[in-house]
Amino acid sequence: MTVKFTKDHEWVRVEGSTAVVGISDYAQQQLGDVVYVELPEVGRKLERGKEAAVVESVKAASEVYAPLTGEVTAANSDLTAEPARVNSEPLKGGWFFKMTITDPKQLDGLMSEAQYADYVTGLG
Amino acid sequence: MTDQPLEKTPLHALHLEMGARMVPFAGYDMPVQYKTGIVAEHLHTRSEAGLFDVSHMGQLRLDGPDAARALETLVPGEIQALKPGRMRYTLLTEAGGGILDDLMVTNRGDHLFLVVNAACKADDTAHLKRGLEPRVKVTPLPERALLALQGPKAAAVLARLAPAVATMPFMSAEAQSLDGIPCLVSRSGYTGEDGFEVSVPADAADRLARRLLCEAEVKPIGLGARDTLRLEAGLCLYGHDIDRGTSPIEADLGFAMGKRRREEGGFLGADTILRQLRQGATRKRVGIRPEGRAPAREGTEIIDAAGRAIGRVTSGGFGPSIDAPLAMGYVEIAQAAIGTAVALMVRGTPRPARIAAMPFVSHRYYRGPAANS
Repeated sequence: MTVKFTKDHEWVRVEGSTAVVGISDYAQQQLGDVVYVELPEVGRKLERGKEAAVVESVKAASEVYAPLTGEVTAANSDLTAEPARVNSEPLKGGWFFKMTITDPKQLDGLMSEAQYADYVTGLG
Repeated sequence: MTDQPLEKTPLHALHLEMGARMVPFAGYDMPVQYKTGIVAEHLHTRSEAGLFDVSHMGQLRLDGPDAARALETLVPGEIQALKPGRMRYTLLTEAGGGILDDLMVTNRGDHLFLVVNAACKADDTAHLKRGLEPRVKVTPLPERALLALQGPKAAAVLARLAPAVATMPFMSAEAQSLDGIPCLVSRSGYTGEDGFEVSVPADAADRLARRLLCEAEVKPIGLGARDTLRLEAGLCLYGHDIDRGTSPIEADLGFAMGKRRREEGGFLGADTILRQLRQGATRKRVGIRPEGRAPAREGTEIIDAAGRAIGRVTSGGFGPSIDAPLAMGYVEIAQAAIGTAVALMVRGTPRPARIAAMPFVSHRYYRGPAANS
């Protein structure tokens, strides 16, 4: 399944009717060592572009925004014990949460992997 | 933000060569971390030896037969009794009792050598000139760089270049030739570990840094780990934990004031500061250990068991050596006892925490061959 990206450096992987969400490799590199992740509770309704989670590196706390509108169906509890997974495998074991997709058209507004790579290059 | 171009230290090219991530800090383009990241750099410093570029800091010399007595009008530290080759931590205070900067003062025999914070150095220089000249000649030393070598292996490493440094006690300083470069070596630092700070001519700093980095135990360490190391060591960061709005008593920095000075006064702000010393301050800088894993950052509100605001976090983050969040901040004096249960308002939610003893990680300073045998 293809992965799509937001300008705020979240990624979304669609698995059937569910979207898996995490932060990009670029984002984890910028953050540095992740020491704490605050995840949304299952059942929480998320709105596209609004805060969904918090990721804290040694240096600072950063918000993770909902890439889509929907409801949280799972949170990655592995990150509570092992937040460094966000650094070591950001697109795999470092996923943050899963959510329903209220409006599939919202996926069209996200960047493809190639578009995101260009976008990040443009950030310098 | 200003459009002023950032200044560069003499090690700037070396930082880039080593893959540092550079950030603006106090007007300088400085390395916040290298490739391995803050946690690895922090832990390396606690177990081996870390090399820090602190050339952005201000170095000055004070010349004049009366320099120690004169400087005591601006700091509460005991400077006149400071023996040649010894150094001391003290504070530049202001008339209202606030803190203009914290600094190191070294007695070099024929002059005093000062190291002040980068962000304060221009103001400090003006303040020193205003307060001391013409009695004392105040000379900034921009032609000197400053390196810090910190960690349990620092002494063994530096002794390969100058064997005599091995037995220098904590808070002493002496001239040493390192790889043929005339340096001022002091046994001091900002990590809580044993280590050295080396004032070196700017044009030889790159060579000395590369020489030290050849040693197997030494890795370059950025400002990110410098901050986590000093926070675990319970050391203040000027502009955050202390500033013009905090007094030395509130900041619990009484040790930076000499015994004679507490009795005699005679420094800027002495009225306010000595009154607080007698009567007690209304608030105090304390260590804080949040429960759980969530860090509480600078500015976080501290509340008591009844939900009343009692202070704020001034430095907070995550301590790699204690593998837990940690903070320091100011609380009302009645809530300042170690072990007091408080809560930290993190993203609108009160989270339990306790007032904790500092340092969070024991200092491991070298007190001399007898003391450490």
